[in-house]
Amino acid sequence: MVAPLSAREDTNRRMLRARDEMDRRYADPLDVPTLAAIAHLSPSQFGRVFKDVYGETPHRYLQRRRVERAMTLLRQTDRPVTDVAWDVGFASLGTFSRTFSNIVGLSPTEFRAQHAPVAVPSCFIAAWTRPREGTAPLTTAVSEKRDEGEPH
Amino acid sequence: MTTDNGNHITSLHIRSVPVLDQDEALDFYTTHLGFEVRDDIDLGFMRWLTVGVPGQDTSILLELVGGPQHDESTAAQVRELVTKGALGGLFLVSSDVHATYEALRDAGVEITQEPVTQPYGTDFGIRDPFGNQIRINQFNNASGDEVKAGYEAAAEA
Repeated sequence: MVAPLSAREDTNRRMLRARDEMDRRYADPLDVPTLAAIAHLSPSQFGRVFKDVYGETPHRYLQRRRVERAMTLLRQTDRPVTDVAWDVGFASLGTFSRTFSNIVGLSPTEFRAQHAPVAVPSCFIAAWTRPREGTAPLTTAVSEKRDEGEPH
Repeated sequence: MTTDNGNHITSLHIRSVPVLDQDEALDFYTTHLGFEVRDDIDLGFMRWLTVGVPGQDTSILLELVGGPQHDESTAAQVRELVTKGALGGLFLVSSDVHATYEALRDAGVEITQEPVTQPYGTDFGIRDPFGNQIRINQFNNASGDEVKAGYEAAAEA
């Protein structure tokens, strides 16, 4: 029995591919045309459809992905905060600290001091430590170098 | 070897994976992942389709979403979740994770993460045609204590 995808399910599937690309290349500059092409949508459609499927803008999703990865690096390593910021795709410590604090509710340094390394497969850490949308609304626009070419 | 833990449960036998097209699922899990077909039976009310890793007992039931246990609305919700990548997945073990990765990549399988070295081994991620997540890992035979030490070493690096 073949059950072809409905239009909605096909859209979901294409948006999932774009979201996976953000998960995979979170540290790279990502722009809307690139992600929209993965989803087979026009750049003007992409942000609206992504939000319809996942409940947040692509930019916001990518920020949470980067902050989640930063949380892991802060918890699991002793890398300087500035290096962590760069590692996850932020161009400046100021933007990173502001974004991190707004999403997590703690500064990167405070977070590191309060969280010890954990020994769980990385995919579960990524999934379960991703800061939830809406717990600490981010109002700061991120518009610097490596954090500006992403899907606004 | 099985162990009776007091509840008399000795193994995980079948694990259901929701799929949206059983023919496409069968092709993916056998052609790309090398699973063998355990059962492919037309029961009339459903197609009982199970596959598994050769040499291992646990089977995967490639279960079509939309059976009569779900009303149309619920089935649509499940399909929605599958295609959004919101449901769980499978964790497989490879004896050569890089070779597995290269074969799947070259075959055009969706790669969600390239191989990454972890304290417990090296793993990467793919999706099946419907959105289900699959992780494939090659363990490095580290003990639990060694894995913890690996994380601690990373923390001290």
